[in-house]
Amino acid sequence: MTEKSGADILVEALCDLGVEVVFGYPGGAVLPIYDALFRSKRIRHVLVRHEQAATHAAEGYARSTGKPGVVLVTSGPGATNAVTGITDALMDSIPMVVITGQVPTPLIGTDAFQEADTVGITRHCTKHNYLVKDPARLGGVLHEAFHIATSGRPGPVVVDIPKDVQVATARYQKPGPIQHKTYRPQVKADQQTIEAAVEMIAAAERPVFYTGGGIINSGPEASQLLRELVRITGAPVTSTLMGLGALPASSKQWLGMLGMHGTFEANMAMNKADLIVALGARFDDRVTGRLDAFAPHAKKIHVDIDRSSVNKNVRVDLPVIADVGRAIEDMTRVWKAHQHPKPDLSEWWRRIEGWRAAQCLDFPEDGEGIMPQRAIRALYEATKGEAPIITTEVGQHQMWAAQHFGFEAPNKWLTSGGLGTMGYGLPAAIGAQLGNPKALVIDIAGEASIQMNIQELATATQYRLPVKVFILNNQYMGMVRQWQELTYSSRYAESYSESLPDFVKLAEAYGWKGIRIEGRDQLEAGIADMLAHDGPVLVDCVVEQLANCFPMIPSGAAHTEMILQANEVSGEMDDEAKALV
Amino acid sequence: MHIKEEAIERHTLAVIVDNEPGILARIAGMFTARGYNIESLTVTDISEDDLVSRITIVTSASPHVMEQIIAQLDRLVPVHKVSDLTALGEHVERELALVKVAGKGEHRIEALRLADVYRARVVDATIESFVFEVTGGSEKIDKFVELMREVGLVEVARTGVVAISRGKEAA
Repeated sequence: MTEKSGADILVEALCDLGVEVVFGYPGGAVLPIYDALFRSKRIRHVLVRHEQAATHAAEGYARSTGKPGVVLVTSGPGATNAVTGITDALMDSIPMVVITGQVPTPLIGTDAFQEADTVGITRHCTKHNYLVKDPARLGGVLHEAFHIATSGRPGPVVVDIPKDVQVATARYQKPGPIQHKTYRPQVKADQQTIEAAVEMIAAAERPVFYTGGGIINSGPEASQLLRELVRITGAPVTSTLMGLGALPASSKQWLGMLGMHGTFEANMAMNKADLIVALGARFDDRVTGRLDAFAPHAKKIHVDIDRSSVNKNVRVDLPVIADVGRAIEDMTRVWKAHQHPKPDLSEWWRRIEGWRAAQCLDFPEDGEGIMPQRAIRALYEATKGEAPIITTEVGQHQMWAAQHFGFEAPNKWLTSGGLGTMGYGLPAAIGAQLGNPKALVIDIAGEASIQMNIQELATATQYRLPVKVFILNNQYMGMVRQWQELTYSSRYAESYSESLPDFVKLAEAYGWKGIRIEGRDQLEAGIADMLAHDGPVLVDCVVEQLANCFPMIPSGAAHTEMILQANEVSGEMDDEAKALV
Repeated sequence: MHIKEEAIERHTLAVIVDNEPGILARIAGMFTARGYNIESLTVTDISEDDLVSRITIVTSASPHVMEQIIAQLDRLVPVHKVSDLTALGEHVERELALVKVAGKGEHRIEALRLADVYRARVVDATIESFVFEVTGGSEKIDKFVELMREVGLVEVARTGVVAISRGKEAA
């Protein structure tokens, strides 16, 4: 067997791992790898305009296809620019492998040009990371990195490769299945635990399924299995932001999202439930609200593949450590084997219907202007037949999209949940479009967030990706302004979007089509224009400036203390509330 | 507004890890990143092939946080096993200290007498100084060092706690 350079080993290993697309940006410390990619022609490289966008594009690709996203960046600033997206992927459990160039091994530690301690910097924002100092180990490390990124609770893995290791030669052979000596995630729960979970569900009078991003990570089968479990148990279902689409929004058993901007019926059901079954969700503070008032009457079952998620924020009665898809499958099988009849939950559903009657997502609509909720609903109505992939930035528009856009299938909703990264949506849409060339991909954005990675308009143009960006333009960092209204007597410190560009001209400058929508009478036609154009389109939709996102559980409040409409908002909060995020 | 505090317990953990670069930073960094407390940490290779190290960590936390500490350690990729020796039952904890004392006359004699009581060995001596080697639980060493302050303590070096479970089984 002949020896190959580290760079050639890298490319061959990526091919062996089934990698089709790499998102990256070249630089001094990765030139040997770029040359190897150029010569091999077997992997498509997508040139972004900023390394952060490479990571979000990889996340969008991964979340929409189920395959790991791959990133290639240079040392120093290349790696540090990628840190936000790596952290984002860690928080949202997105499988991603980031290959970073490093200065040659003899220069490590000398403050060399474009040197950064990449493994040190990324140690706490990766699931695992490696500095490879020997080309003979490179192939094995890459296969292990993909195994760790994609198995168990998925996450980002960084492989840092010094430039001399990319040039030095060694042998490479495709390894067999990875048997890691310490990393062995538990994917199947024991029978006894499953039996106990099924008995608790069968005995419950007021059960709620609380589903999360774990179901999406577990694969489309997990969503199918969930539908069956939900059907045979007859229980209501709510979901975290990350889990939207696991159960179709059109299901009668769907209560909508829960938590800070969740529906009244979902949060009330959580509060009054006698059993909560958490499926691949992690009891995030945005979900629980005030912990000592969270689901006070409920026993809790927590299915999670990550043991450290169990009892972290909320004590549970029955932990089930397993892949959530496998656990749902097992629970369904045991339920059927025990011939449990469908429980009579009519009294529970009667109460839920009472909460539903509050119509908590209704919004006032009196002026000439477009309410942002109306814009989202119009977008949904115009596109639902095409099952679009929706990405978002972070803020009010993100929550309105989660509330008013209905998702019928998994892998269609890509959003930055845990880290809340403004600037996620456009590059994520680019990644999703590359992974799903025929799909309609729309980034629902705000005028502030979109500017954080606006340079990626060029990437979409270069690769002829027909992504759509739909900006809800209220000329404010709306969520910041909303919190300032709630907590700081409307002192709008720096939350006004000053000196905005002309987004239509900006789009045109990048080779996109630009459309401005300014009144309700233009909304449907503007959306139709956007959909009719087969290239990338940016829509600047001017919406009511002061609309706020409700319902809302103020930070530090309980599920029962929801603010349903703007007139319930008070102007100041005490220090305890101010100290909460 | 005041920050609330919870009742805390002291636990000794034995963590078996792959002997790879950065492992100590990974573990120590996880503790600081999540706001956990390290009272003492020792690490040394314990395998024939130089591939595995044992880290002994003494930490204090509420029972709820302690459960998290163990789970968070356990999910680090290079960690083989985490044993909570305090929760597992009886175990032996030892520390070694080197204690330098300087003085003349009565102080010097008293230092030697106390060293004898504490079964400390003299490992270096000059006309005006001793270096004592003392092993034991942390409290014994604290006490010895406190006494040495009265008779001319110059410098102390301590290993931190190592621990192992009692009985024939491995933890």
